Amino acid sequence: MSAQTPEQPVHFAFDEASEAEIATILAKYPPERKASGVIPLLYVAQRQMGRLTDSAWVPVAAMDAIAARLEVAPIRVYEVATFYLMFNTKPIGRYHLQACTTTSCWLRGSDDVVAACKKATGIQHFGETSEDGMFTLTEVECLGACANAPILQVDSDYYEDLDGPRTEQLIEALRKGERPAYGPTIDRFNSAPEGGRKVLLDAGEPGQG
Amino acid sequence: MVRVIVDGTPVDVPAGSSALQACEAAGKEIPRFCYHERLSVAGNCRMCLVEVVRAPKPVASCGFPVAEGMEIKTDTEVVRKARRSVMEFLLINHPLDCPICDQGGECDLQDQAYGYGSGVSRYDEPKRAVTDKNLGPLVKTVMTRCIQCTRCVRFCAEVAGTPELGAVSRGENMEITTYVEKALTSELSGNLIDICPVGALTSKPGAFQQRPWELKKTDAIDVMDALGTNIQIQARGGEVKRIVPRVNDEVNEEWLSDKGRFAIDGLLRRRLDRPWVKVHGKLQAVSWQDAFVAIARRLEGVPGSRIGAIVGDLCDAESMMALRDLMISMGSPNLDCRQDGAHYDVSDRANYTFSSGIAGIDEADALLVIGANPRHDAPVLNARIRKRYLEAGRGGLPIGVIGDMGSDPTWAYESLGAGASALADLMADGNPFLEKLKAAKRPMIIVGQGALTRDDSPVVLKACALLAETVGAVTDEWSGLNVLHTAASRVAALDLDFLPAEGGRSVRGMLSGGVDVLWLLGADEFPVHGIGPDTFVIYQGHHGDAGAARADVILPGAAYTEKQGTWVNTEGRVQRGFQAVFPPGEAREDWRILRAVSDVLGHTLPYDTIEALREQLQVGARHVTARRSTTEGLSDSVLSKPFASSGASYYLTNPICRASATMQECASVHAPHAAVAAE
Repeated sequence: MSAQTPEQPVHFAFDEASEAEIATILAKYPPERKASGVIPLLYVAQRQMGRLTDSAWVPVAAMDAIAARLEVAPIRVYEVATFYLMFNTKPIGRYHLQACTTTSCWLRGSDDVVAACKKATGIQHFGETSEDGMFTLTEVECLGACANAPILQVDSDYYEDLDGPRTEQLIEALRKGERPAYGPTIDRFNSAPEGGRKVLLDAGEPGQG
Repeated sequence: MVRVIVDGTPVDVPAGSSALQACEAAGKEIPRFCYHERLSVAGNCRMCLVEVVRAPKPVASCGFPVAEGMEIKTDTEVVRKARRSVMEFLLINHPLDCPICDQGGECDLQDQAYGYGSGVSRYDEPKRAVTDKNLGPLVKTVMTRCIQCTRCVRFCAEVAGTPELGAVSRGENMEITTYVEKALTSELSGNLIDICPVGALTSKPGAFQQRPWELKKTDAIDVMDALGTNIQIQARGGEVKRIVPRVNDEVNEEWLSDKGRFAIDGLLRRRLDRPWVKVHGKLQAVSWQDAFVAIARRLEGVPGSRIGAIVGDLCDAESMMALRDLMISMGSPNLDCRQDGAHYDVSDRANYTFSSGIAGIDEADALLVIGANPRHDAPVLNARIRKRYLEAGRGGLPIGVIGDMGSDPTWAYESLGAGASALADLMADGNPFLEKLKAAKRPMIIVGQGALTRDDSPVVLKACALLAETVGAVTDEWSGLNVLHTAASRVAALDLDFLPAEGGRSVRGMLSGGVDVLWLLGADEFPVHGIGPDTFVIYQGHHGDAGAARADVILPGAAYTEKQGTWVNTEGRVQRGFQAVFPPGEAREDWRILRAVSDVLGHTLPYDTIEALREQLQVGARHVTARRSTTEGLSDSVLSKPFASSGASYYLTNPICRASATMQECASVHAPHAAVAAE
């Protein structure tokens, strides 16, 4: 693992919006324990990169800026950033497609979701970015929403109960700059049964008795 | 004390000890990789598993605190099986490249695989491979061999104080790296090679040079700084192949500076291996006898007052004493050991040594550093300051600095000013740092060469003494006014009174024609170009450096690895090193050269053997004589310029380093302008 890739920017400075977030975050920790803020600050930096460059990742310069802010050695920030998969240490596409392929999703057709992602974006393998720079496809482990399998996480939103065609529709919508509502893509409320209530049909609204 | 029972034997260990320490106290060997007694406990290798009675499963003894009555079993089937399994896991991703690995023969993994492993591997899937890292000119990496014990990470962060190594990524992808490629900036980086239990971190300059069992091992003393680090010289076929530290808790614990470890290639280059005499402006190789005759001819009729002698920074006490005795017998009052023009108060030995002792740092509870840069002057001593600093906790050890620190000293400090005037400011009533020093029970003041090599040094030294008295740094049971030397020979030379006698000239006075004949014993660090053009220069030493370049006669001497000798470190500890290899060519031990030349000069020295010489060797104590530390030409008022830290690169402070290709490379990698350009 080497950080020295050509795309690393030389400079990084937090913008005004990030500074406001950092002030809120660091207020939560005693000053001598501010190193605890490393994960929230990595998120701040990654979001800022997403905002400003359409690629939500954490360059080395940003990690150095975080280290300076938290008064820790830069390597301590590199360790954390590379440990957690939600921090991208390389540039990614505008949308980060994170397909869950763990057992529940796989049983419910995650292969179709992945295939649809590849077809719609032109990506060949996991970890790659589409040629237009719009999408990066990553294989992730269980996202903890098995009741709504299969799932595709786009940036921080879960799109649930997908199949191949609906995945393609979702990606086309994203390509157009739309952001469809997250949650189940079928007729279902959260994790409730498809098509509405299936039991206790004669009962009133919940809580009435 | 807590009583625990190890394999049926009761032992008493201090409360807070770990189970591993209890087992060691009971004489049981516990295999380990990640545990190191001078580093924090990580507990990630799992090799030290033992059985604790009533514990549901084997416990990692390195991180398991003892409790009263605890019963530990280190030799049961459960323990043996656990060790075998851990070993098997560790070897899953470890390459079988022992035949080409420099660690082979002294590898913890190899030894423990023999001792505790199962002997067969059930693993036939592909092993992981890891990219090697470039950590600079000293430490070679073969990262596939790494077992991720994180000793190196902890050493960098804790002992060296340069947190540059870390473990990035996780699981199978975890790697030890600097992440951003860079050379390690620590002056202690060579110790990573020693603490790495496998062959992941090995010596880059020494790669593929030798096997540990081929080396002849000789105990010696490091001369690259004034700390007197205890070293072991490992040689093969008359060549020093490696230098490693020996454990001495009073001096160097178990660390060695990079200069002491890696300058050894300088011992083979630019060596003076035969006598030379300048004839008609050109040096000609001659025999010893001819060289002696040339010296005797030139000295004929020269009065003692026109003869001078300067000793260098690496000399052993024996040769300095022989030169001193020769000079005295010729009637010369012009002796000096202070190439840098330092001023010392030689009235009492405590005034020119690190009188609290190096181990005294462990007890200090406030520290003032004046004109010193411990990280460069003595990196191992600096690690001790850092250890104390970390141990004392946040704000527990207030440190003030007067002078320019240059690089990060690896501990937090308060800058109190740059020059001698800051001392006066500090003495002002109500100065907050003065109050901290006064409040401390064992305040320590470290005075470095930056404060002692100035024209106003006598005044500065007096001010330091006054300050020490004011804050209670010098009491009956605590002597906290310390001088940090940079020259390995200096304290012995001061003990031997290698100073100008009444009416004698100092180094400065001997320049510009102050003497007619000048004897340089390994002296290269003073302004050699200032020697008068008519002065006849005899250079006795081991390297063709500045002194030899100016010499009229060159007498080839022995480097510190090639002679047995006595050195006195900055705290005044008298230590003896032994001869590991022979000097090259016709070069000889320095005291023998002086003994031989004294015969030709008609001033035969009264000792024929080194034992006889040592009977008269008076180091380790101050013997008051007529000699004095001259203050001629020195200022009696405070000058405004700041305390200068030595301008030379850490890696190039003496002739051996300057001849070393490794040290030259380090100096260029860590050159200040390179650092600025990188930022």
